Amino acid sequence: MSEVQGRVRVQRVAYKGEIVEVKTTINHPMENGTRKDKEGNVIPKKYIKYFKCTYNDKEVFRSEWHPSISANPFLVFFLTAIESGNIYFEWIEDTGRVFKKSAEIIVES
Amino acid sequence: MLVRECNVKFCRRDFFITFFSCAIATFFWFLKQKFAHSTEADVDALVHEKLNGILAKTGKITLDIPEVAENGASVQFTVTVESPMTEQDYVTAIHVFTEGNATPHVASYYLTPFSGKARLTSRFRLARKQHVRVLALMSDGAAYVARREVTVAVGGC
Repeated sequence: MSEVQGRVRVQRVAYKGEIVEVKTTINHPMENGTRKDKEGNVIPKKYIKYFKCTYNDKEVFRSEWHPSISANPFLVFFLTAIESGNIYFEWIEDTGRVFKKSAEIIVES
Repeated sequence: MLVRECNVKFCRRDFFITFFSCAIATFFWFLKQKFAHSTEADVDALVHEKLNGILAKTGKITLDIPEVAENGASVQFTVTVESPMTEQDYVTAIHVFTEGNATPHVASYYLTPFSGKARLTSRFRLARKQHVRVLALMSDGAAYVARREVTVAVGGC
């Protein structure tokens, strides 16, 4: 399996107060603990439990996922562009591993 | 009488044995089905827990899911909630539940006034034909619920 890596798409420049679409995805199998491998052994549960979005040190979006979310979780949500800065994205696996990604946004008044 | 008396190849006793063993097998199969997947009651309990005594109304939620999903392993859904998304009035949480999956609770999304628009798109797994329920909680204490049936051609869970 290739390395788990999150990918994010946010528009680079936005007007102040503009509603910006944020597209996120991460290549993760989201094992639900019921699948079996070729030898018939149960593959243990391993999935992304939390997703967080922080915009200039302010938590703006948070979500809690369960194994019913499909593999390679894809999520689109919206944010209001307030000021220039960084948007940080965090995917937290149930094992405690954290995958991070960030995007820069320039806000013009 | 333990000795088989009839001369016919398939007598009444044989019929009863076959019939009852089939009935018992079917019964166990149903039990397995019932416990392998969640039911409407499981979702009711989850919704009740999230509502915390508030009465949920219908409306304001637009649930966009294909009526017939070809591949249950990945079904795209879009939830839109009518809300101005200001500091005074915004959607605090959106919960998504499925009534026929092994894990009924799909996801919870917590929004803030910075979200701008109460709309999100994601993909979930559907094991079989079932109802999907979405619950939206507002900052003023109101709650809205929406329910839709989705037919799945090939289940994926």
